[in-house]
Amino acid sequence: MVGLNERVMSHHTIEVENLSFRYPDGRLALDDVSLTVAPDEKVALVGPNGSGKSTLLLHLNGVLRSPTGTIRLGGLPLNDRNLGQIRAWVGLVFQNPDDQLFSPRVYQDVAFGPLHMGLPEAEVRARVERALAVVGMGDYAERVSFHLSVGEKKRIAIATVLSMEPKILVLDEPSAGLDPRARRHLIALLRDLKQQTMLISTHDMRLAAELCARAVVLDGGRVVAEGPTEHILNDADLLERHGLEKPF
Amino acid sequence: MNFSLQERYRAGDSLLHRLDPRIKVVVTLVLIVGIVMTPSAAWPAYALLWVLLGGLALLGRLGFWRLARTAGLALPFSLAAATLMFTTPGNEVLRVFGLVVSDAGLARFAAVLLKSWLAVQAALLLAMTTPFTDLLWALASLRLPQTLVAIIGLMYRYLFTLRDEAERLMRARAARSGSAANHRSGGSLGWRARVAGGMVGSLFLRSYERSERVYAAMLARGYTGRMRALDPPPLRWQAVVLGGVPLAALAIIQLLAARWWA
Ligand SMILES: Nc1ncnc2c1ncn2[C@@H]1O[C@H](COP(=O)(O)OP(=O)(O)O)[C@@H](O)[C@H]1O
Ligand SMILES: [Mg+2]
Repeated sequence: MVGLNERVMSHHTIEVENLSFRYPDGRLALDDVSLTVAPDEKVALVGPNGSGKSTLLLHLNGVLRSPTGTIRLGGLPLNDRNLGQIRAWVGLVFQNPDDQLFSPRVYQDVAFGPLHMGLPEAEVRARVERALAVVGMGDYAERVSFHLSVGEKKRIAIATVLSMEPKILVLDEPSAGLDPRARRHLIALLRDLKQQTMLISTHDMRLAAELCARAVVLDGGRVVAEGPTEHILNDADLLERHGLEKPF
Repeated sequence: MNFSLQERYRAGDSLLHRLDPRIKVVVTLVLIVGIVMTPSAAWPAYALLWVLLGGLALLGRLGFWRLARTAGLALPFSLAAATLMFTTPGNEVLRVFGLVVSDAGLARFAAVLLKSWLAVQAALLLAMTTPFTDLLWALASLRLPQTLVAIIGLMYRYLFTLRDEAERLMRARAARSGSAANHRSGGSLGWRARVAGGMVGSLFLRSYERSERVYAAMLARGYTGRMRALDPPPLRWQAVVLGGVPLAALAIIQLLAARWWA
């Protein structure tokens, strides 16, 4: 069984085909979205506020489910049977770290994922330490989450999914609300995570340019452009039309 | 606006701070039950109990008087027992608006006040020397249901976030509540009540939406409805022995009270 999972995960892709999603209040937030991210590739999902970025990302580990379209992660179709497995593979970092850090203490938050994957205690503890070390927050294990700065919370939010050792990382506006230094830290941190497939939603064009070779532009719930980040960022017209701006 | 929402915990590394939280919870509960069950007229016992709690306060470097004063803040709540003065039969000592205060009633009321003051001191000792998060796992390992512990933990986690949100709302209102010269600001009482109502509603809505996002974040990390937690560290016998000391003192006080002062 383990062997099978590992074989499947040897190509940890994100594949979304013809996904549409309507919120219960009738708003069509995703309109026939298709997108593929290759193993170890880092793709930026750019688009103005309300373009559907968060909605799309929430589909990638089944927090939101849509009856239309198909989603495959690491080759496995996302359905009830595979949900647990997929949630262990896909680390989703929410936009607001106050939503992600729900435990009283940092340590408990980072341990939450591995514990709920059913890992043995020693393994959980080892993973918590590794994840905190990766984000440079090893000294924060015993801290209380709500007393931390936004930058610290963001890094710990990333640690809470790294401890699950996901093959796929999905980040929702990771640089929003960060000051320049915290933002630099974050970009360096994400750049060093080379073993993961990443889909990063953002309207921070510089972050997109520095981290991702490819970008997908979303507007009004539709994919309106897609290509090398460099091309997209140099297309002033395109950016203008979709409420974005050139980084430099 | 300043909310008096604050943590009671005082950082430190006294013996009391370092004691296993499970032991502290159990000892505190036994102390409180012991205080409440002291025979009402055993006045010397109250003095000894106070000395016991004060000694623990010194051990925790909290200050004997400071603990006593802080516990005094809770006294107004025990005024609810004031009716005891009138309803307990006994010899008349005083008449207030035609109501008879009996000597026995007065004594019972005084005993209730003293007991609540002492019990609050015991609870404060626990709260001031134990971080809230330690209390949580201590309660969990004392077989409080995991779900309940999780709820208390979430409440603790988000209480302060909620307070910040409320403060932001009020600041936003204050910033837009300038008053023209010679005019009283804020509008009529009804108007202001409506604004306040809107703010409470908005706070509720934000909290409700946050709860959905937090639940989504829990699902995303594999939560399936059953809370799991790491195993607590093993209980050491030194901690048990230390916990036995105040309990032994309590037992002696209770024996004396039952034998001589009841
Ligand atoms: N819970 C919800 N209920 C109804 N509509 C929503 C909800 N969340 C988002 N929307 C709407 O869906 C659209 C896409 O939102 P979102 O995915 O959050 O965009 P983005 O993350 O790109 O800013 C927006 O128009 C937004 O108003
Ligand atoms: Mg969003």
